[in-house]
Formats: sequence, C-alpha cells, structure tokens
Amino acid sequence: MSSLVNILVVGNGMVGHHFVEQLIKQQETLDSASKFQVTVLSAEPRMAYDRVHLSEYFSGKTAQDLSLTTKEEYDQWQVDIKTNAKVTNIDRQNNQVTLQTGEVLTYDKLVLATGSYPFVPPIKGNDQPHCLVYRTIEDLEDIQVSANESKTGVVIGGGLLGLEAANALKELGLETHVVEFAPQLMAVQIDQGGGAVLKDKIEALGVKVHTQKATTEIVKSDQARYKLAFSDGTELHTDLILFSAGIRPHDELAKTSALAMGERGGIVINNQCVTSDEDIYAIGECALWNNFIFGLVAPGYQMAKVAASHLLGQTESFTGADMSTKLKLMGVDVGSIGDAHGKTPESQAYTYENQPEGVYKKIVVNKDKTKLLGAVLVGDTSEYDTLLQYMLNGIDLPEAPEGLILPMSDDKPALGADALPDTAIICSCHNVSRGDIVTAVEQGACDVATIKQCTKASTGCGGCAALVKTVTDNELAARGVEVNTDLCEHFAYSRTELYHIVKAEKIKTFEELLTKHGNGLGCEICKPTAGSILASVWNDYVLEKQHLPLQDTNDLFLANMQKDGTYSVVPRIPGGEITPDKLITIGEVAKKYNLYTKITGGQRIDLFGARVDQLPDIWTALIDAGLETGHAYGKSLRTVKSCVGSTWCRYGVQDSVSMALLVENRYKGLRSPHKIKMAVSGCTRECAEAQSKDIGVIATDKGWNLYVCGNGGMKPRHADLFATDIDDVTLIKYIDRILMFYIATADRLQRTSVWLENLEGGLAYLQKVVIDDHLGINDELEQQMEYVVGTYQCEWKTTIENPQALKRFKHYVNSDKSDDNIVFVQEREQIRPARSEEKIPVKTIETI
Amino acid sequence: MSNQQWQRVCAETDLFDDAGVCALVDSQGADSQVAIFKVSQNEQQLYAIGNFDPIGKANVLYRGIVGSVANEPVVASPLYKQHFSLTNGKCLQDEDVSVAVYSVRVNDGFIELLA
Repeated sequence: MSSLVNILVVGNGMVGHHFVEQLIKQQETLDSASKFQVTVLSAEPRMAYDRVHLSEYFSGKTAQDLSLTTKEEYDQWQVDIKTNAKVTNIDRQNNQVTLQTGEVLTYDKLVLATGSYPFVPPIKGNDQPHCLVYRTIEDLEDIQVSANESKTGVVIGGGLLGLEAANALKELGLETHVVEFAPQLMAVQIDQGGGAVLKDKIEALGVKVHTQKATTEIVKSDQARYKLAFSDGTELHTDLILFSAGIRPHDELAKTSALAMGERGGIVINNQCVTSDEDIYAIGECALWNNFIFGLVAPGYQMAKVAASHLLGQTESFTGADMSTKLKLMGVDVGSIGDAHGKTPESQAYTYENQPEGVYKKIVVNKDKTKLLGAVLVGDTSEYDTLLQYMLNGIDLPEAPEGLILPMSDDKPALGADALPDTAIICSCHNVSRGDIVTAVEQGACDVATIKQCTKASTGCGGCAALVKTVTDNELAARGVEVNTDLCEHFAYSRTELYHIVKAEKIKTFEELLTKHGNGLGCEICKPTAGSILASVWNDYVLEKQHLPLQDTNDLFLANMQKDGTYSVVPRIPGGEITPDKLITIGEVAKKYNLYTKITGGQRIDLFGARVDQLPDIWTALIDAGLETGHAYGKSLRTVKSCVGSTWCRYGVQDSVSMALLVENRYKGLRSPHKIKMAVSGCTRECAEAQSKDIGVIATDKGWNLYVCGNGGMKPRHADLFATDIDDVTLIKYIDRILMFYIATADRLQRTSVWLENLEGGLAYLQKVVIDDHLGINDELEQQMEYVVGTYQCEWKTTIENPQALKRFKHYVNSDKSDDNIVFVQEREQIRPARSEEKIPVKTIETI
Repeated sequence: MSNQQWQRVCAETDLFDDAGVCALVDSQGADSQVAIFKVSQNEQQLYAIGNFDPIGKANVLYRGIVGSVANEPVVASPLYKQHFSLTNGKCLQDEDVSVAVYSVRVNDGFIELLA
C-alpha cells in the first residue's frame, strides 16, 4: 500500500480510541509507507472517556477527568473526529456509510467499534420515567437528576456492573437494593462460596441484596414511586430502577448490511478482527470471536491492537483473552482468575474462608497439583498479582499450593519480580510484558511515573500498579540505581527518616541534629523541616532561641508575609463561629491599623498590610478580646469549616458546629508536613464541603462519616470515605491516629492527598493501620497526639509576654522608623500595596 | 567611596544567632538598609549585605533563613527563596542579580558597619 488509505472508524469508546492510538503509534514505529486518512465517527456527544471508572463520576470526578483524549491530540495525529455523528447505514457495494444527517462518506477500510448497550429485560413497565440504565455519562446525568427526586433505588442485576451501579446509587445517598435472578452475586466471575461472602460484606455496607428474584412487573406504588413484583409473590418498593442485566452488542449496522453475525448477535470476526467483508473490521464488545463476546476492556484493547497491526501489514493475531479481573466494589476487594468455577475436568480446589473478617479465597489447580488454573478472592486480593502470574505463565506451584492463600503461611512464596519470565504479561489492559518494562528501564526510565508514561502499563484498570512498581524497582535495583530521597545537601536522609531519628534519639535542637547527622550550615529546606519535626514531636515554643533560626519568615513573625514585605493577620475563629463582640474587636483593630480586610475561604477574616513592628500591638488587642492565633502562617491545622448543623438547620442531623469546635480546638497548633484543613457538615447536603478537605466529617443519623485526604487548590482531590457511622470517641481516635501517622511518614510539604496516593496499599492500608492496628502503633500515635494537645499554647500570647521575643518585631535594630518602601494606595475604600510606578521614587541601593 | 566610615549600629547582644537583623545606615548622605547576619557555626561569624531583595522588590532579606550552599554561606529570600551569597552578594540562581556587601566588625561590644 503506498497510496492514501481512507479509514473510517465507527465509535469512539475506549476500544475505538485505542485503535486510533495504536494505528498512529504502530505507524510511527514501523515507519510505514502506507499513508492513512483516518476519520472517526462518534454517536456520542463527547470523545472517548473511561467507562471502567464511570462510578467515580458520583464521587467527584468530572466528565473531563474521565476523558481519555482531546480534540487537540486528534488534531496532532491528523485524525478527523466527528461527534454526534451516528452512522445509519453501510453500503458495502460502494464502500460508503450514511450518517443520520444524510451525509455520505466513503472508505477503503471500515472499523466498527460500536460497543454494546445495556440489556433491559422485557419486564412489563420497564419503559416508565425513572427506569434507567448505566452506561454513558449522559446516563449518569439522568441518574443524578432522578436520584434528587428519589429516596430508594433498585439495581436489577447483581453482576459486576450492577454492583458498580449500586455503589453509584449509594454514593447519591439513596437507600439501595440489588435484585439478582441467580442465587448469588457476580455469578460469572466467582463461585458460590465467594458470592455468599460478597453478599454479607455488601449488606454490611447498607445495600440490601435480594437473590433468586425474577421481576415480573413494575407498577405504581403508594409507598414509593414504583413497586417491583417478583415471581415468588413478594414485592419491593422503590423510586428509581436501574437496569444492569448484562450487555448486548451494538450490531444493527452489521445486520442491515448483511455481515456474518452470531446466532445471538455480535459481528463475527477472525483472528485478525476482519469480518466477513475483508474491508470491514470489528473490535470490542460488538465483535464475536469464536462465538464469544468479550465484555472487558483488556480484550477490546488487544483486538484494537491486532486490527491496527493488520492494516499495517503485520501478522499479529487475536487468540482469545484472559478474563481475569480484580476490582473494588463498594470498598470490597474481589478478584477472579482463569477457571474460577473449576470447570476443567479433574481439577481440584483449595478453599480458605474467614467468616468473621469476611475473607474468602479459593484456588483451582490441575489434577497433579502442579499448575494453577483459576482463583476466587473476596475481601482480600493481596495475592491476586502473584496468583495471576502463576496462571498466565504456567509457573510450577509449590509443593503445598494452599500456602499461597493461607494467612501468615511461612510457605507463601514471595513470587519475586525476577521469578517472572520476560514474556509475563504484567498489564493485561495494555498488554505490557515484564520485558517491555525492563526495556523501558534500559532506555532510561527510572521511576514508575515514567514507566507508566512510556509503556502505558497500569493506565487501564490500574489493577497491576503494585506489580509494575515491584518490577520497576527490582530492575532499578539490579542496575544499581538508587532513588535519591535525601532531603537536601545537608542531610542524607528523607524527612521520614529524620522524624524517626529525632524521636528515637530524643533530639531537641537543630544544632544537635546537624552535628550528629548532617553537614554544612543547613538551608531553607532542612531548617524549617527540622523545625516542624521538632515541633510535632516536642511542641516547644517556636520562637525559642534555638528554634528561631529554623522558622520560615511566616513562622518567624507568626504572620503571613505578602509581596511588599508586610504581613497579614488571621485570628482563629473556630468552626467559623464568632460573637458580635469579637467581630467588633477585629473591625476596630483593622480600622485602627488601617488594614485591608477580607473574608477567607475557611470562614475566617484576614487582615492585610500590617508592618512587622505593628504585629505585637495588633495581637495584644486581639488577645485581650479573647481571640487566639489562627496559625495561618504555619504548616499546621488551618481551619475547621462547619455548617450551622442541627441546632438551627431544618435538615441537620448532628450538631456540626460543636464537633467542629471540638476538632479545631484539639488539633490547633499541631505542626505537620504541610497545612491541614478540615470541615464538618451536619448532614449529607455537605454545606461545609468536607469532601474537599484533608479531614472531612459528615453527619449521618447514626453518627459520623469520616472522609480523608481530600484537597481543593491546585490539584483537587475528592476525599476518600474512611469509616461510616462512627461515634464521637471513635471519630477523634481515628483522626488522632491518621494525623500522627501522616506526620510520621509524609514527605516535606506533602499534603495528605499526595501522601495517600503514594502510600503503598493506599486507603485500604491506611484503614488497616488506623482501624485494625496492623502495625501495632496506635497507642503510641494516640499518646503522641495527647502530648501535643496537652502542650498547646497560643504562640502570640507567649510572644507578647516575652520581651526577648518581642525584640525581633521591629524593622530596624537601630531605629524606630518604619520601612519607607512600604507604600499603600486606596482602592475600593481600603488600602492595597502601591505598584512600583505609584511609589515615590525610592533611591536605589548603591554598590560599594 | 572615600567618604565611607565605620558606623556603630547596635550592641553585639542585639543580634540573633543564625538569623538576621536590619540596620539603617547613612551611606554617603542617604539612608540605606543593611541586613546583618550572625552565623554562629562559622569562623567568620558576621556578614552584612543590602536588605533590599532585588527580585521580590521589598526590604526583607534580613528575615530570610541563613544556611549554606556547597559551604558558601547564604541567605534565602523569604519572598521567593533565591539564595544570596553572604560573602559576595551574588544571587546563586541569577548571575545578573546581586546585592551590596558591607564590611562589618565588632568593636568594644558593638556592631559597626563600613558605609
């Protein structure tokens, strides 16, 4: 092929997009002579997005977050994309397709990536309003609208997608039910034993599961919007119904153009993904290979790759795909590998079940117990990666294979990354082998982020993240590459290591730390870090002679330096609650010192434009009125935002203001690796925006839900739900432990959001440490928090009572004048710093 | 240059270990702000440079953190963290930028600047 080949791609879902990406990439590496003109036709209004993580749309991700590509990227590839462009007909005689708009396009090669649609069972009444499906972002928008007018929701279908959908309803605050026709949940992926454990766990999370129920009719109800009538005579009342009873291939185009089809649908393809017409390919969930439709993204990606390579004259072929899968459903880990049901003749199984903890594990092995055929994991999937590698690579099993799934078994062979052959597939979504990662490391990639970027490993479902890291680290170690985590040139230690050194050796000053473990004089990185660690551990007054040189200018003057060298002052207003008298004092102080006044995002008041010499007088007035320092200058707790709660609000279910006060007064002054923000909301309406905070507390009618590691700012992150319906005492206990664990293990200037994302094992690990005391350190963490809480002082009160400390609060050591370079002008009835052209010319400082 | 003279600015005890203060001096007939640093661990303990941060354009250098970069004593601007050498006034991040350097000494328990 040397002329311009005109390719039309119908569908821009995950697989359709992957095909385009593969075609462009493979063409580059092959330096192929063939030239393609690619046009993509998408019936949806937007370009490809991540449907695997669709439910995250309800936990804060936007359509943009889920998006897999951009128009700019397609432009760069010189690929034409038309959205809202539904194809209505294929004219195979003339190699043409017709769009809904009537437009006709011709093709040399046609790629059908039309995907699938949700199957809605033929139940009477299934077409009424609030009967919805779960597939596209538009579906989710409909669900959201409907949920706003609903209290109860039912998902019909207890498979993988059904449980995802149930999670979505739960996130939306609905009382959620799952109705399944089969006797168990996820009958395709896991066995009966696993299904039973899964059901228990999901019900413990507040979702009611009804198995062996066939819905016969959906009719109006007086107790809710509808009721489902089941074949056994029982019924269930609900306001919203979501169908998730499997998928059906979008194959209408193939049907009308008489391509070969399967008996029950699906476009028949061969090993090169070519249909019965050699100019037409089909890939993904619309394609039928070997009488099988693959409903997962990984096989779809493989088909996309094969079709692209075939177009480029290569010989790759699709020979089926591993359907193993690992996922988290409503926080419950579920894994399924290979022959999970033990259907292979003469296969045998080992099962481990721990009912109290809700863990179920089964492995299926061949007759002579030498090879792993399949596995089911519920409640704990930590062995998934290892088991998958045993199965995929046919690695010989140890003598007692049960050791692979028994807890605390000495036999558990750590299947090291080096035990894997180069051909071992690490990332099945993008078909990345161990060899691919090794090659990338050879070519200079030296961290996981780079590996992900250049191999795409772990960028699909993300299930292989831990394994990718192990393989990468292993390769780096084998090459003698050490990752430098030194804090700065003065200390060959990370922040975490220094923290433990300070604690273990009871080091009380920077000087001692530098003499024993560092070199040089220190710098603006290690000094504030050490200052923060010393404060977290010993909680001395930060302006003590030996600590003073460690403080960043904000901590040094207990105020926030602004661009002109003046400072802003923020008194603490716990929970945003303030008396009129205190408000008046703040106003009077602002007026007296002519300060610019602004309300902050954290329900406080910021007073700008204070000269360094004015700070002590300002604070004397504020403290006399009963106000305290707000630590707006410190890497420490800033504010605990709250809504008005059940005291006043018609909807509040708990007293959020009292809780906010309790929390703010407990953690105020706590020095940490970075600033910490918190919020408490009195009901699920979440007016305090707790889910964007490091620590977020939301009232429920039974207690509190605790959210952790959220962030607004530069890189917003939705907080993760850490614990539900806990009481006051448990809440405080968990926050104590989480914060102290963060302080002990985070990097310098690492917010909790990034910390959690870098914490190996993530949220589940944090829960294990904090809730189950996995590391046995909870007593210590709590004691340390008690110590810090017990030694709290208002640093400004200490300062104004300390003549030595006050000496620093003047601009000149030898004059009472103030800095003449600080000039203000008026704007909107307040001051602002003068711009340089507005200042009276200041004499330049001459060099001697 | 010829008019330079030693000016007494404060007592030695007015300084802070490993931190700076700012002195107002008369430099050839005009007010100048000088940042004086005491580096307790160095043999030469006293350093003095112009207080004006030419990058942040504010009189703040004395409020910076004192430290070392490859054994050169420096102060980091409290505004945007550039390092200025305490011995030659050069900005380590931008060689076109520098601040004045002053001679400083202890005389009879007082700090004196040559300006």
